[in-house]
Amino acid sequence: MTSFWSMWISVITLAVIFGCLILVMRTRKSEVYKETTTETMHHAFDGIEELDNPLPRWWFNMFLITIVFGLVYLFLYPGLGNYKGYLNWTSYNQWEEEMAHAEEHYKPVFAKFAGLSVEEIATNDNARLMGQRMFNNNCALCHGQGGAGAYGFPNLSDSDWLYGGDGATIKASITNGRSGAMPGWGAVIGEDGVRNVTSYVMSISGQAADATAAAQGKTTYQAMCVACHGVDGTGNKLLGAPNLTDDVWLYGSTFEKVAHTIRQGRAGVMPAHGALLSDDKIHLISGYVYSLSN
Amino acid sequence: MSETTPDTYNYKVVRQFAIMTVVWGIVGMTVGVWIAAQLVWPALNFDTAWLSFGRLRPLHTNAVIFAFGGSALFATSYYVVQRTCQVRLFAEPLVKFTFWGWQAVIVLAAITLPMGITTSKEYAELEWPIDILITLVWVSYAIVFLGTVAKRKTSHIYVGNWFYMAFIITVAVLHVVNSAAVPVTLTKSYSAYAGTVDAMVQWWYGHNAVGFFLTAGFLGIMYYFVPKQAERPIFSYRLSVVHFWALIATYMWAGGHHLHYSALPDWTQSVGMVMSLILLAPSWGGMINGMMTLSGAWHKLRTDPVLRFLVVSLSFYGMSTFEGPMMSIKTVNALSHNTDWTIGHVHAGALGWVAMISIGAVYHMLPKLFGKASMYSVKLINTHFWLATIGTVLYIAAMWVNGILQGLMWRAVNQDGTLTYSFVEALEASHLGYVVRVIGGSFFLTGMLIMAYNTWQTVRANSTAPALAESAA
Repeated sequence: MTSFWSMWISVITLAVIFGCLILVMRTRKSEVYKETTTETMHHAFDGIEELDNPLPRWWFNMFLITIVFGLVYLFLYPGLGNYKGYLNWTSYNQWEEEMAHAEEHYKPVFAKFAGLSVEEIATNDNARLMGQRMFNNNCALCHGQGGAGAYGFPNLSDSDWLYGGDGATIKASITNGRSGAMPGWGAVIGEDGVRNVTSYVMSISGQAADATAAAQGKTTYQAMCVACHGVDGTGNKLLGAPNLTDDVWLYGSTFEKVAHTIRQGRAGVMPAHGALLSDDKIHLISGYVYSLSN
Repeated sequence: MSETTPDTYNYKVVRQFAIMTVVWGIVGMTVGVWIAAQLVWPALNFDTAWLSFGRLRPLHTNAVIFAFGGSALFATSYYVVQRTCQVRLFAEPLVKFTFWGWQAVIVLAAITLPMGITTSKEYAELEWPIDILITLVWVSYAIVFLGTVAKRKTSHIYVGNWFYMAFIITVAVLHVVNSAAVPVTLTKSYSAYAGTVDAMVQWWYGHNAVGFFLTAGFLGIMYYFVPKQAERPIFSYRLSVVHFWALIATYMWAGGHHLHYSALPDWTQSVGMVMSLILLAPSWGGMINGMMTLSGAWHKLRTDPVLRFLVVSLSFYGMSTFEGPMMSIKTVNALSHNTDWTIGHVHAGALGWVAMISIGAVYHMLPKLFGKASMYSVKLINTHFWLATIGTVLYIAAMWVNGILQGLMWRAVNQDGTLTYSFVEALEASHLGYVVRVIGGSFFLTGMLIMAYNTWQTVRANSTAPALAESAA
């Protein structure tokens, strides 16, 4: 901040603190009675009178102690504008120190398992348990405890994978994140088109569907959807395009839900964790995730 | 001293606000118990958007702070300022407007908040058209109150009125600055501030809503109703001078402690913490002045449940104003922040202090306002007192246990440096505390329902409550 604002802050902060100090000292000094009294101030309001008792000693002392503490604190720590404080403490420094300390202490604990493959971690009790703890604190919020998933968040404990369920792919998904972009087709194929394609998608996943609509939808499907979902609708793991022929549905399997997905599109985001967690940690979490379905 | 007869005072508006205090208390606390129950049984939102926790929680806070607490402040301040200045309220039309305007604000809040119309600023969720109405009501309130003080027949201004004036003036400033926004549509606006500055303005407002609305205003209530009910003089005039000025000077600075360990600059956090600590003595000055006023009158507590309400409220005030500075210390805050401890702390103040002193003051005023010698049933006041006290203790004890439990579980680490517990495990462990909170809240609400019955029996046309003897008027 500029030196003007620094001065401004320092001056009014100290003015308030010293103002309190002067106020309490002067009031103390001007006391007429030093002990408890029954003398009043000689004015009454709706019958209420006020005694002229002195400030209680313990209260007076407590006030002074908090003022002194405050001044000492502002001498030691940053508070008065640009003044850095005698201890040169900053919250950022403290955080860096704690992180460095943690890095030094815990890095070897995680590094121990770096030599194992993701698949091997899944069968190593110790390593898998460490992965599970980190999963519960970093992943379970969306994917649930045990990785059972939720609406819009994939189930990690079944054998159906959008991008692939081998160790290396799981690790890549966690490290770099994924963006599942299903475009909205409502404006392109119209509402009739949406309902026809929906019927077709329902039919290839073995659900009841209007045969005529499905037949019309098939034509549109083959023009618009095959590029990602494939001719037979089994999807494409390279693109993360879901298999439409099974009974696993990220956004619901009812006619209305499927129609909504086709009409509006979907934008699923798995955030990249490479910047948040070390490679060794992601390695362990990947092992745990792998173990859920293997 | 020359006694102005009661009918020269404007008691109509006091009666209106006093009755609405009871009504809004029941409404606000019912919503509170409801959302507390949702945290035990989440299915109680019935999958309905406007019954969900996120929408009802601001309705609860707005209803108890501004509808219940606000009505109590209007009622008592209008009552106190007339009686201690010995004059009728200034500007009659504005007086009427403050009542109907404030009720309109509350009704609009009760409609818009469940609809999901919100600025998302805590304790200032109402959208800009309602904010403008609040400003108009508040300016009218200031004109009425300051105008009444200005034309007083007494030489000095009574200490209770200092606190009311500080509360009215400061809340006006806080509300206008914090609510500054750019309107987009009738129901949507964007804050005039961005990022960390917005957060700091929000908590400057938020903590001073506690400091000036819920503390200074209610100290105004304390300074009239405690000596009046105890029939004793105020303990120390000079203590009231010191603690008044020190309180209003330091409270202004304390908001930074809500943003410890955040993106708020270190210097702002330090200043927030230091001022919060210095605030301890000025806060306690009010408690001492209230408590010591009872010297020589302690025996009255055995027979007078209204005085019990007032005195116990001071104990909870002392407790929560000790707890506040303690929680503002950064190392303590590192444990307590974002846990249920904060909610317990707020309710020690809200139930124990704000609600209890309001209830005591309303019980004191009602018979006088409606020409009765006493409430319909003193026994029911006593029942209310015990329900309120036990309810508050259950509530805050449950939240202390939960808060410390959560703080410790969140920071526990294994030997490999990973967190021992996931968030959900801490939530599961909090379940019992949430159940106890619902029970405590229900106790408190039941007390309010008894108060409503007692009030009805006192004020209805053919009430059997003893009438005020002519000579005693």
